[in-house]
Amino acid sequence: MSDILPLIVAKYNFWLYIILMMIGLYAMIAKNNLMKKLVGMNIFQTAIILFYVSIGYKHGATIPIIQGGHGGHSAHDAVIHAADYINPLPHVLMLTAIVVSVATFGVAMALCVRIYQRYQTLEEDELRMRVSERITHE
Amino acid sequence: MEILISIKPLLTVLVPLLVIPILVSSSQKPNVREAWIFGAGFVMFFLVASMVPAVLSGSKIVFTLFELAPGADIAFQVDGLGMLFALVAGSLYIVTSLYSIGYMRGLKEHGQTRFVSFFALAISATMGAAFSANLLTLYLFYEILSLATYPLVAHHEDAKSRISARRYLVFILGTSIGLVLPAMIYCYHVTGTLAFSTAGIFAGQLSKPAATVLLLMFVFGFAKAGIMPFHSWLPAAMVAPTPVSALLHAVAVVKVGVFSIVRVITGIFGVDLLAHFNLGVVVMVIASFTIIVSSCIALSQDELKRRLAFSTISQLSYIVFGVALLSPSGQLGGVIHILMHAFGKITLFFCAGAIFVATGKKYISQMKGLGRQMPVTFAAFFIGSLGVIGLPPTGGFYSKWNLILGTLEAGQTIFMVVLLVSSFLNAFYFLPIVYQAFFGKGKDDLSGARVKIQEANLCLVLPLAITALASIGLFFFPQMFVDLITLGLNL
Amino acid sequence: MNNMPAILVLAPLLGAFFACLAAWIQKQLSYYIALAAMAVSCFAAVSVLTDVITSGTMQYRMAGWAPPMGIELRIDLLNAMVLVLISAIAFVNLVASVKNVEQEISDRAPSFYVMYLLFVVGLLGVTATGDLFNLYVLIEITSLTSYTLIALGDKDRAPLAALNYIFIGVIGASFYLLGVGYLYITTGSLNMADVAVILKGIQGSSAVLTAFILCILGVWIKMALFPLHVWLPNAYAFAPVGFARVVAPLMTKVMVYVMVRLMVTVFGLEYIFETLNLADAVVWLAVTAILAGAFTALFQKDLKKMLAYIIVCEIGYMVGGAWLGNSLGMTGAILHILNDGLMTFALFLAVGNIIYMRRQTAFSDLSGLFAAMPWTMAGFVLAGLSIIGVPPTCGFFSKWYLVLGAFEAGAYHFAAALIISSLVCAVLFFKVFEICFFEADSGAGDHNPAKVITEAPVSMLASLGLVSVAIIAAGIYAGTIVDTIILPFLQ
Repeated sequence: MSDILPLIVAKYNFWLYIILMMIGLYAMIAKNNLMKKLVGMNIFQTAIILFYVSIGYKHGATIPIIQGGHGGHSAHDAVIHAADYINPLPHVLMLTAIVVSVATFGVAMALCVRIYQRYQTLEEDELRMRVSERITHE
Repeated sequence: MEILISIKPLLTVLVPLLVIPILVSSSQKPNVREAWIFGAGFVMFFLVASMVPAVLSGSKIVFTLFELAPGADIAFQVDGLGMLFALVAGSLYIVTSLYSIGYMRGLKEHGQTRFVSFFALAISATMGAAFSANLLTLYLFYEILSLATYPLVAHHEDAKSRISARRYLVFILGTSIGLVLPAMIYCYHVTGTLAFSTAGIFAGQLSKPAATVLLLMFVFGFAKAGIMPFHSWLPAAMVAPTPVSALLHAVAVVKVGVFSIVRVITGIFGVDLLAHFNLGVVVMVIASFTIIVSSCIALSQDELKRRLAFSTISQLSYIVFGVALLSPSGQLGGVIHILMHAFGKITLFFCAGAIFVATGKKYISQMKGLGRQMPVTFAAFFIGSLGVIGLPPTGGFYSKWNLILGTLEAGQTIFMVVLLVSSFLNAFYFLPIVYQAFFGKGKDDLSGARVKIQEANLCLVLPLAITALASIGLFFFPQMFVDLITLGLNL
Repeated sequence: MNNMPAILVLAPLLGAFFACLAAWIQKQLSYYIALAAMAVSCFAAVSVLTDVITSGTMQYRMAGWAPPMGIELRIDLLNAMVLVLISAIAFVNLVASVKNVEQEISDRAPSFYVMYLLFVVGLLGVTATGDLFNLYVLIEITSLTSYTLIALGDKDRAPLAALNYIFIGVIGASFYLLGVGYLYITTGSLNMADVAVILKGIQGSSAVLTAFILCILGVWIKMALFPLHVWLPNAYAFAPVGFARVVAPLMTKVMVYVMVRLMVTVFGLEYIFETLNLADAVVWLAVTAILAGAFTALFQKDLKKMLAYIIVCEIGYMVGGAWLGNSLGMTGAILHILNDGLMTFALFLAVGNIIYMRRQTAFSDLSGLFAAMPWTMAGFVLAGLSIIGVPPTCGFFSKWYLVLGAFEAGAYHFAAALIISSLVCAVLFFKVFEICFFEADSGAGDHNPAKVITEAPVSMLASLGLVSVAIIAAGIYAGTIVDTIILPFLQ
């Protein structure tokens, strides 16, 4: 037990994202309402985004904007240390990932609307009943 | 041995294949369609016959179509064994085509174009199997043949043919995929080749248990050979129109099964390996069982075609039996039985069909006195029976003679008894039919009244007369075929 | 610099844009734009393939940035082949599906074509890219478009099926993304080739192991490997048929490609088979997938559902083959990507034709199809035989390599599963054939049942004919494909 605690503290960002992911996953599996499932899905995706954001972080570093970096005179003098700036790449990647997750969420919402219009419910058990009713009616 | 490269084997396979589109497009003009069938049949036979001199002079004709992997390609090879089989199938195809015109038109069958098209496909696959240079090619054509025959078995599209077609498929496709395919791939895995060679392809790479399992997988897997317990598709397949039963289920399809087993025994395992492991006896026991049991079952069948089917099952096992004897005479007798039995049995089937078309009778018990009405047909039936029983003056005598000689050569005297007993059984289930037909009295016979001769139409009678005469002819002139087999098996 | 790789991906992307605009002017216009875009893409794919075969791997730097900073399209023999497969199938399907789209979703035809193009962009991008994160984005483009397209199908059930697909798809993609995150932590790079080089030095790391497991797990979910397959049958069965027949053959196959890419290029086979001890377990999983897929298919009463479960079974083939750990198995898996793509496509083309004429694909609606739609059924039979694995169709040859690989690896259970599934597939397809052949169509009128040929339009039949030819050709040239594409890739 004594080994695990420092491990958790040292890599707390990993543990946080895992907890968030599990919350999301739980909601997606266990919830009956489709909207709640969607929210779970979003939490799940957000967890991964947070994970990426956290891995770009460095102690004591700042945002990666190099002042006057572009052809300016000062850049010539001041030596740039990579350690002074957080890693921008994971953050940039996450911009894309956020777009993807928003798009997915949008499509899923649209589908929910469609389902609601057709069956007047978003509860999964009721949906299952009504779908089978409709099939047998045909 | 000289190796000739020639496209002729490929052409032989392609001719019936290429004529199919023409058959389909001329479906509204039956006479044109039939003319094309004969054209294709003769061209094919001519192609086969034109290769005979080369093969008899000891050379081998080969042609590689395309390569899959080293040692496993789609390739043709014409040797004595393949030539023998191709001659049988090719010549009988022409005769059967004539017969099927009479039969199908006589009964006003539906779907004649479909029938002749798949028939052509089946004969093409048979030729391909005969000329296969390796196990992969053989398997390819074996499967095509299985599938081409399915619509023929299912021809009547009724409940009975549905069940029969299903049984046909379960046995044929099930065994070929379930047993032959893994066995074949395993052979390739072990040896890296599948090409037939008289020395066998396993150079000491196989232990006895593995060899036994593989051999059994092949013998049972080629279920077209009708080895028990994978035989019951054959009686079921008798629902097909008689030309199918005659050519495919007495000659082409079933013989492809036997031919495959012969190839596996002589070309994949090799006689020496089997003799070394003493595995020939295993196959002989299986074959003997089939011979005796199916002969007994044949005795109890009243429907003529079913009796013929069980007789076929037992006769097919003669061939397997002969080859498994592993002695020169035994193998000669076994393989030449492909030829002799083909002519005998096809005659019998032709007769059964002719009787059905002329009188509508299918059951043996109805045929009393019928011989006086159809003397030519029953005379041919008599000759065909002699051929199958193995009595002179028919070719069947020659194969049975050699088989018995083979058992003595191999020192398997006990198996000679099997042959003799089964010959008696053969006689028991065939000769009474002929006797009753000529001398028996049917229920509706008016005593003393002269029976009018009422043969079936010429298209039906001519073929059965031809094959009956050929069966006698083979008794007097078997030498060419003996030479082919001697060359093919390196005896 | 050769711009073909970029054109390949960009043509449908631009096509989607213009098709969207054109729909404002005239609805029909968007179809022609889509067709033109796919034709360009298809042409580019073929030209890329010939270039890659003659002059080796192609690297295309997007906007001229050098890797590992810039994003590159990296096209070697494997993905060149898959690209041709994708673009050709997408193009042919566009030709075939126009009538289906008119019939099923005429009011939303333009949006169908736009989404369809974007879907293809995603697939082509996934295949062409050499960047791990890019792969994720493109997978999500493919998935997003397929969610919307599936939802266009059956009004009652498709939205629900699509929503379930979203839930599972998101989990799969997220796992993959997480895996890429771990890879990035350990290597600091996202370029596949670059990552592969760096990984060689740190094979023992548990982070790499985590990355590998997460990536593969994500891909497995996306490809519907049993037991992660639950979304697939409903999604594919309820999608509009014009989309079902491109998503069914391509989506899973592209994901198999991604798996192979990750295994061969990124992590390296040495790492997977020598450092990790997972291969046995995965092969067992594949065996389960094959058997479960095949046997579940047995209980289906609808043709589309049955085919969907056959896909689940086929995925087992490919995963198992890739994880056998020898080059024969990998060859079989890669060859099967191509072959299964073609076979599944042909089956779904036939299903599309049937739906166009009959509206339904429940087994009870299939009666009399052989008589009513002979050409469609001919294509269906051919594709079915290919799935069963009958030579000379292509399905036989990939099975050949897979079984050979299984023997080589000593994975006899995998070989057995392949054989058993072939048998089950034979049962499945012949069950359908029987219904189509023996049962007369009740709806066709009582006097002249099923004699009238009511075939699908020529465009649909021509597409099916083309794919049927491709199935045979891929079989005949299997050896050539393996020699020129797969083996050089694996070396």
